[in-house]
Amino acid sequence: MTHAVELKNITKRFGSVVANDKVDLYVDNGVIMSLLGENGSGKTTLMNMLAGIYYPDEGQIFVNGKEVSIRDPKDAYANGIGMIHQHFKLIDVFTAAQNVALGIEDGKYDLKKVAEGVREISEKYGFDIDPDKKIYSMSVSEKQTVEIIKVLYRGANILILDEPTAVLTPQETDKLFRILKAMKEDGKAIILITHKLNEVMAVSDVVAVLRKGQHIKTVRTAETNPQQLTEMMVGRAVTLNIDRTDPVDPKPRLTIAGLTCRDSEGVSKLEDVGFIAYGGEILGIAGIAGSGQKELLEAIAGLRHISSGSIIYTPEGKSPAELVGKTPMEIKDAGVALAFVPEDRLGMGLVGGMGMTENMMLRTWNKGKGMFINRKEPEKVAEQVYEFLEVVTPSIDYPVRKLSGGNVQKVLVGREIASSPSVLMSAYAVRGLDINTSYIIYNLMESQKAKGVAVIFVGEDLDVLLALCDRILVLCGGRVSGIVDARTATKEEVGLLMTQVGGGKEANA
Amino acid sequence: MNFNLAGLIKAAVLNGTPLLFGTSGEILTEKSGNLNLGVEGLMFMGGAFGLAGAFWYDQLAGGNASGIVAVLIALLCAFLAGCFGSLIFSFLTISLRANQNVTGLALTIFGTGVGQFVGEQLRLKVGGNISISNALKGSFANPVLPQSLQDIPFLGQVLFSYNGFVYLGIAMAIVMSLFLNRTRRGLYLKAVGESPSTADAAGINVTKYKYLATVIGGGISAIGGMVYTMTIAGTVWNHTALSGEGWVAVALVIFCLWKPLNALWGSVLFGGLMIMYLRVPVSFIPSQIYKVLPYIVTAIVLIIVSLRQKREDQPPASLGLPYFREER
Repeated sequence: MTHAVELKNITKRFGSVVANDKVDLYVDNGVIMSLLGENGSGKTTLMNMLAGIYYPDEGQIFVNGKEVSIRDPKDAYANGIGMIHQHFKLIDVFTAAQNVALGIEDGKYDLKKVAEGVREISEKYGFDIDPDKKIYSMSVSEKQTVEIIKVLYRGANILILDEPTAVLTPQETDKLFRILKAMKEDGKAIILITHKLNEVMAVSDVVAVLRKGQHIKTVRTAETNPQQLTEMMVGRAVTLNIDRTDPVDPKPRLTIAGLTCRDSEGVSKLEDVGFIAYGGEILGIAGIAGSGQKELLEAIAGLRHISSGSIIYTPEGKSPAELVGKTPMEIKDAGVALAFVPEDRLGMGLVGGMGMTENMMLRTWNKGKGMFINRKEPEKVAEQVYEFLEVVTPSIDYPVRKLSGGNVQKVLVGREIASSPSVLMSAYAVRGLDINTSYIIYNLMESQKAKGVAVIFVGEDLDVLLALCDRILVLCGGRVSGIVDARTATKEEVGLLMTQVGGGKEANA
Repeated sequence: MNFNLAGLIKAAVLNGTPLLFGTSGEILTEKSGNLNLGVEGLMFMGGAFGLAGAFWYDQLAGGNASGIVAVLIALLCAFLAGCFGSLIFSFLTISLRANQNVTGLALTIFGTGVGQFVGEQLRLKVGGNISISNALKGSFANPVLPQSLQDIPFLGQVLFSYNGFVYLGIAMAIVMSLFLNRTRRGLYLKAVGESPSTADAAGINVTKYKYLATVIGGGISAIGGMVYTMTIAGTVWNHTALSGEGWVAVALVIFCLWKPLNALWGSVLFGGLMIMYLRVPVSFIPSQIYKVLPYIVTAIVLIIVSLRQKREDQPPASLGLPYFREER
């Protein structure tokens, strides 16, 4: 039997990073396959090669048994492959029908015909969409439906959905799954990129697991269980040599209760989050990307509007104070520091065109007297960071943009530490760093902990979190899914908590 | 009423026609997501090269120059000059992804400079003000419709008494509107301006659409400069005559909410506002105040539009942003 689509020996590199390593994978018609893996395991990259967004460095792609070359999205459509991206590719001011018509060259330009086609498809699979409705007045779920219709209208036989449920409510998710099953009955091959185990179990026929760019195994859903899948997903624990000391005399520093945040569209980003961060302890925060890590740190730093909840801050030897309602400046001055390393490293916190001294000034610009800024103090801080963290730079006035990633991060973290905070929050501090530089950052965190600082460390690598932190708080969809002791917890345990609130206990109940 | 309403309207339309071309061209450009602030320069180039084309044709043909050929040559020269200017802009902003604002301003400086150079060179060569022969002048500025239509009271003057460029401009704006709203290519072009990555994913050649819209739009804008020089300025090169036309045209694009049909009446309104100080002088208002009226009106429209928050009235979503395919 020929497969609907088959990947053979696919390898894709970005510079020195191998995103996909010799992946072999196939899907049959009338089958829903889940593509499961952690962040950065190469799921989306792999599928983007089918959709014509990337071109594989090595390997072959077969559609219905025939080898094909997919150089751009047009080729993908020509081969009956359609991908629904996580970020919708729709034009807001166009109607649904106009969006569907984009890029289709079939005879006379007739929007009525397109609208008719949209209605036919909607009827067939049970969508509920008005072809003449403008995209900007649609809900997220409707927009997704338009994306699916766009793909179906072009006659796609193989549908790839990249984390389609990330933006949907549970009811909308159920509806989507019904539609997927209807399409499966119709003989279409469907690939679902996801890291939510309950969805994998609920809707797919087979599961393919990717880890660090490699295809680990494909199993039938009926013959597996969440525990086994998690093991395949996270792999065996790696030993790291981080000198972890026991917390000395931990005292509650931040007491957070019932913290709820919504974004500008009213979507809940944090839901009833509560925990205590102790001084002299490193609290790790784990979770799949976008589970509310950034929102949590921003809420504590006063950068995000808080719908409800309280953040009680108890500085050393002082009486507790409520942080909610304070300005970011007041929170900073109270001793809560945030070192956030975004994906692009420079985006938040440092100004690329300025040197170290000037970047240090961003913390202290309002401290000086008179109308002239004081350069002496920040210069001293910059010298300190330069010496202690061994920043490699021609001079402390050299633009930080031109430094290597590790050095940029040292400057960022170093600046926050230099303000001798009593709460240090860092997010993705070792993002993109090589192993040695990472250790410098780990040791920094350690030394802060030894000083009695409450360190909150948001990380991506579970191995690191387990080796560095004292406790790990796991976020899942904006909720606290569990808090574990990092000394005794296993990777699987944390992995399960990351994918399901309560580690699957809820799903099984 | 102590002023002539029909006369005012007629003057507004004549004065608005260069704006109509300048604005329509820029609308086409901006629909592709390119903000070309070089319209002022393009109109200068159009004015100078249009005049130069007609002038040299006149010189070479001697006494038997044909009016229609002279008009076509002027149109073509202006259009090509505009295409050339906006091609530089396109190459810098689309292919090399230079900042559009900076490049546009540079094009203004470049275009006005080139225009002045060509115009002044001609002037020096001829000695005194250059101008084409009176026989040809008429074929640019005289009414094109039959006398019987023009003789209709009021309407004749308001609707049928114009030179050919007025009607050409109206036809051009209508065709552009049809193109944008009724054709597949128009839909694609708007898609490119709204979200190039979406258009790209749908298999639309973003670079091609951006180049074509910007180059053709620049050519159309430049025709506006030629129309001004050949009709309003009486085929005489005057180095300050065109100043500000291009900037008003850019403001008018916003005023028209990026719709060519709005440009039809918008250009008449702005054309009228620009000459109000001549036609309806109020003694205690200095003429300088009059001259800023178009900008004040634009500012008011911007405020109203942003208060209404209607999505259709917003600028193309990717206006001014370069497109990197790899950044998907």
